[in-house]
Amino acid sequence: MSETVESSQKRWGHLRKVLERPGPFCHPEFEPSSEILDFIMTSCKILIIGAGGLGCELLKDLALMGFKQIHVIDMDTIDLSNLNRQFLFRHKDIGSAKAEVAAEFINKRVAGCYVTPHFCKIQDYDEEFYRQFHIVVCGLDSIVARRWINGMLVAMLQYENGVLDQSSVIPMVDGGTEGFKGNARVILPGMSACVECTLDLYPPQVTYPLCTIANTPRLPEHCIEYVKVITWPKENPFNTALDGDDPQHIGWIYEKSMERALHFNIPGVTYRLVQGVVKNIIPAVASTNAIIAGICATEVFKIATSCCVPMNNYMVFNDVDGIYSYTYEAEKKENCLVCSQIPQELPIKDPSLMKLKEIISLLCESVIYQMKSPGITTTIGGKNKTLYISAIKSIEEKTKDNLNKTLTELGLKDGSEIMVADVTSPTTLVIKLKFMNNDVEMN
Amino acid sequence: MIKLFSLKQQKKDGEASPRSGNPKKASAAQLRITKDINELNLPKTCTTEFPDPDDLLTFKLIICPDEGFYRTGRFIFSFKVGPNYPHEPPKVKCETQVYHPNIDQQGNVCLNILREDWKPVLTINSIVYGLQYLFLEPNPEDPLNKEAAEVLTNNRRVFEQNVQKAIRGGYVGGIYFERCLK
Ligand SMILES: [Zn+2]
Repeated sequence: MSETVESSQKRWGHLRKVLERPGPFCHPEFEPSSEILDFIMTSCKILIIGAGGLGCELLKDLALMGFKQIHVIDMDTIDLSNLNRQFLFRHKDIGSAKAEVAAEFINKRVAGCYVTPHFCKIQDYDEEFYRQFHIVVCGLDSIVARRWINGMLVAMLQYENGVLDQSSVIPMVDGGTEGFKGNARVILPGMSACVECTLDLYPPQVTYPLCTIANTPRLPEHCIEYVKVITWPKENPFNTALDGDDPQHIGWIYEKSMERALHFNIPGVTYRLVQGVVKNIIPAVASTNAIIAGICATEVFKIATSCCVPMNNYMVFNDVDGIYSYTYEAEKKENCLVCSQIPQELPIKDPSLMKLKEIISLLCESVIYQMKSPGITTTIGGKNKTLYISAIKSIEEKTKDNLNKTLTELGLKDGSEIMVADVTSPTTLVIKLKFMNNDVEMN
Repeated sequence: MIKLFSLKQQKKDGEASPRSGNPKKASAAQLRITKDINELNLPKTCTTEFPDPDDLLTFKLIICPDEGFYRTGRFIFSFKVGPNYPHEPPKVKCETQVYHPNIDQQGNVCLNILREDWKPVLTINSIVYGLQYLFLEPNPEDPLNKEAAEVLTNNRRVFEQNVQKAIRGGYVGGIYFERCLK
């Protein structure tokens, strides 16, 4: 009850004006009501991935917008160089977990807000953890992590007779910045373009042609990249892989890069630049983070309240020269490896009799699949296992014995997923095995 | 645009999780490499070797060119596909010492699609063809081995002799090359 009282406080008057009155710009199905503010304050659970530059902004924005049940996850600890823009951190916090310090700061500063920190990798949690959230918002600098959470949210979709159950959709709002450029997007997994659909849009890592850095370096970056790619593996100075966080390693690269720069008469190699090139750091601009996070937070608010139609669905922002922004609809890829998959089930009568080669003939002969030469893999106990691939001689030889093994012998269980690649399908199909004779014995 | 949350179905907490305990799912990189490998369409000069058939991310490519300067040799490349494939290209190294303008002594290969011109639509097959082309048309314009490039530009006969010498095993320009005859 205290929340109802709280939501009627003067502090939230501006939100009530938006949520309790209709207006010409509202979502067509919007029904103004005082329950919406209650929903935000009591039930709506948001996950923020990343507590860095964007994450700090997102936490502050969402907490001040009235969201009270916020979780934040980040595996990093605070570094001196974060303090200029990651404003929830102070000098004394250096070395502490970003997620924990950020949560504590917000909990102290914003009355009634309760932020739960998770100091770990997103990969440490499974579906059960992610299912509890209404909306996931990302402020990440890693494409691997984006692809991972995207895959997770798509994997959690439920279909009934091939039709998406919309209550299983967890929207993802994703922000990214790079210097003076940024982007924000709204992903409704299974419904609109996902991260994997638009993989081409993410800028590739800056790389220089190998021959340029080897023979005709012009920039200080060329000299550093040369030492990183060629000299380090050649001389292997510390008998270990290059670690961008090890000052000794950076020092060595710096020295060698200076020598090379001197030789080619190239000015501009500094210790900081070496760090930047080795760790692939793009300078972060606080105001860009603030703008992108503000846009993301607004989208979270629109989705959570339905008061306004969310952005459709990809916005780019650039203030290098004036201010430019453009929003367009990134299209869902028909053959997206991740989100075009409607989980398919393959009923298996008796897994202790059914052999792998019979599954292959089934895939080739069935009217639905009509495959030509399917390659099949699976995961058993979290490990990849190749069941059979005929196209590659060395794999064929090592896996052909599997053809005569039964599914039970291969370690496949009820609910196991097999990955099937074939020229007839633009993607690798994920097919779930459903054992028919198991229901009784299992219980 | 749908309205995602009706306020009635706001409780997600404590909901039974029928799919929990599922084995780890295959990653997008894994799904994509499975497709790439199953559809590898190798030219007749190339073969692959997978030391562990369960690991499709680590393998070797063996090229035995049937024409050009390198037709008598056998060259081995190692491929390592990372978790960010196909956003990032695989790491490819030449494991055979070769006298070639675009390959250095450490096995680094200067092929544009392995670095600056990589795009997610490209496949393992594209790289195989790219590497094969390097042996048919070594490119002295973008050298990694400057000496070899200069010889190729100035005197193709000497270049051809150097290539043969290196393939049979021996010293070229003070560097020892191990024998890699077919
Ligand atoms: Zn997709």
